[in-house]
Amino acid sequence: MLEIKNLHARIGDNEILKGLTLTIPAGEVHAIMGPNGSGKSTLSYVLSGKPDYEVTEGSATFNGQDILALAPEERAAAGVFLAFQYPIEIPGVANMQFLRSAMNAQKKARGEEEISTPDFLKLVRLKAPDLGITQDMLRRGVNVGFSGGEKKRNEILQMALLEPKLCILDETDSGLDIDALKVVAQGVNALRAPDRAMLVITHYQRLLDHIVPDVVHVMHKGRIVRSGGAELALELEESGYAAYGQDAA
Amino acid sequence: MPAVQETVERVRALDVDQYKYGFVTDIESEKAPKGLSEDTIRYISAKKNEPEWMLEWRLQAYRRWLTMEEPTWARVSYPRIDFQDYYYYSQPKAGPKSIDEIDPEILKTYEKLGIPLRERDALLGIENSGGSKVAVDAVFDSVSVATTFRAELASAGVIFMPISEAIREHPELVKTYLGSVVPVSDNFYATLNSAVFSDGSFVYIPPGVRCPMELSTYFRINERNTGQFERTLIIADEGAYVSYLEGCTAPQRDENQLHAAVVELVALKDAEIKYSTVQNWYPGDKDGKGGIYNFVTKRGDCRGDNSKISWTQVETGSAITWKYPSCILRGDNSQGEFYSIAISNGYQQVDSGTKMIHLGKNTSSRIISKGIAAGHSENTYRGQVSAHRKATGARNFTNCDSLLIGNQCGAHTVPYMEARNASAQFEHEATTSKISEDQLFYCLQRGLSQEEAVALIVNGFVRDVLQQLPMEFAVEAQKLIAVSLEGSVG
Ligand SMILES: Nc1ncnc2c1ncn2[C@@H]1O[C@H](COP(=O)(O)OP(=O)(O)O)[C@@H](O)[C@H]1O
Ligand SMILES: [Mg+2]
Repeated sequence: MLEIKNLHARIGDNEILKGLTLTIPAGEVHAIMGPNGSGKSTLSYVLSGKPDYEVTEGSATFNGQDILALAPEERAAAGVFLAFQYPIEIPGVANMQFLRSAMNAQKKARGEEEISTPDFLKLVRLKAPDLGITQDMLRRGVNVGFSGGEKKRNEILQMALLEPKLCILDETDSGLDIDALKVVAQGVNALRAPDRAMLVITHYQRLLDHIVPDVVHVMHKGRIVRSGGAELALELEESGYAAYGQDAA
Repeated sequence: MPAVQETVERVRALDVDQYKYGFVTDIESEKAPKGLSEDTIRYISAKKNEPEWMLEWRLQAYRRWLTMEEPTWARVSYPRIDFQDYYYYSQPKAGPKSIDEIDPEILKTYEKLGIPLRERDALLGIENSGGSKVAVDAVFDSVSVATTFRAELASAGVIFMPISEAIREHPELVKTYLGSVVPVSDNFYATLNSAVFSDGSFVYIPPGVRCPMELSTYFRINERNTGQFERTLIIADEGAYVSYLEGCTAPQRDENQLHAAVVELVALKDAEIKYSTVQNWYPGDKDGKGGIYNFVTKRGDCRGDNSKISWTQVETGSAITWKYPSCILRGDNSQGEFYSIAISNGYQQVDSGTKMIHLGKNTSSRIISKGIAAGHSENTYRGQVSAHRKATGARNFTNCDSLLIGNQCGAHTVPYMEARNASAQFEHEATTSKISEDQLFYCLQRGLSQEEAVALIVNGFVRDVLQQLPMEFAVEAQKLIAVSLEGSVG
């Protein structure tokens, strides 16, 4: 489903991804672990098309399509979703309105019919409570005045509504207490599906107790340096990233 | 290309073609000789069949104006205006006596602008859109060409007519109130307007009457090199209420055109006036060529106790805007409000804001200003809040926010506050922010296009103010905001 080959990318003169290769088949959940600064967020931005990131070599295809050639909004419509490490605030734009605009923009791009107001409200009412998203959070400006945990849960709500094909979660666990972590993990697990691939980026093993990955990759200095089963995460938890030149901080 | 950079590029590519009201109407017109002199003023006054007192009033204003200097304190720059290079009066040659005699070209113009001047068409439009009835006074260059629903309004006792007619038909009202809020000698442009104003709307709402429909004036400058100097006077007598809307457009022309209006509002005891403007004069092309110079004096006088005046403005057009709709809070417990969205793009310059002058006891005022600057534009909020010694318990809340799109524009906030008594409470909040790369990317990642993202973020930014506009106007304004920031909407 997702195939990344020898990917090199930089910001300005600073090369950050240095020949990254990774394949995620449909239906699988892969975790990427690695010390701070190894390029995990950079990978998520390159895949989702953030400006400023320049790909200098290699390829990334999604269901055979060269996604690097697409504009960010086209990638979104093609099913690429990024749950941000630091979700952004948009004052004055009601969360609800944002969700609906995003949903309809994607539908429009795919040539589908827009969702009606009642259907949309029904859908939100169905998905929001499980993630602990209140009416008030839906009415407020996007992420405005949300706590760290609320922002992360709001990301998962967006994911649940947009039903993407490739879910990239960038440190969705950071800043969450154990209860919030469980809520988020449940939300993610509910989205596991045979036609959906997930890339879960995390610094800590803890999240992977709740979202059990099919494969764990270790990233270091812009490359995948090791891959293994779920047990690799446990091993890292014990030995830390010291073997890769940095402490697990 | 970074997303914001790209927005800037697109905004820069903003083209005159996007100003959809830029067409010219081809009609024959009759003009005063070019330039300004006592003869010009006599010409205008004669054209309007004015009584002698009105001519005297104008001439006094003109003599006063000759002694005045053009103000330079606003943060705008433009070449010196040659006041002798304008026509001060232009009217369609075939002067209309009834709606059926209006030059069909003019009717077509207003149709293109979406404003039906025939009442039956207006009613049809309402039926089709499910909207409410709005009476329109249409001012084309220097004359009012049609005022709709006058009969229906008259049966409620409401007077709504061109001011040129009011001068003849209701001289006592006009004499009492004209110049009573904006004195003849108020400022350079107001004084000029007092000398040469040609037409505009006159509204009188009798005591205790709630005006049965929204009133509206639609201004259109058509002629080349012609200044428009309209004068609006609205009086809400004791306990009366009126909501008034003003809209304006002009053709695309390479030269700068002058618009120097005066609007006076008088609210007597327990009366309320709500005045909304959607200003969409031609802003000039992408290089800053052409466009309207908009030098406007708007002021409301809360003359009676418990009166209320509220200004709402959406400013998107004009090459230069110099405009400070203000309230004099004279009556005890009177309230003034100013809600503003000012958008500048290309090479537009906006210097706008308000004055809230607290004179009466327990008066309150509220200012919400949202400035949005894109392209190479400069956008200044200038506000003054003052409380007189006797204005005990005066309260003001001011919030002015600026949003920058790109790196080549500027936003500035110039607040003056002055409290001459200890009990006054003034609160001021101000923020300046940018549409960040991160906000844009967040929206794009969720599937919104660049244009949708900018429109969404900007509409979020101006939401508090949009909520103040009458429904139909708010929808219009929202569209206008998207269009003004076009270039980001390809
Ligand atoms: N905007 C930027 N400009 C320059 N360098 C950056 C920028 N963003 C991140 N980096 C650098 O790229 C490297 C990888 O960062 P990142 O992808 O955020 O790592 P991780 O998510 O694994 O902690 C770091 O050395 C960081 O300093
Ligand atoms: Mg990171």
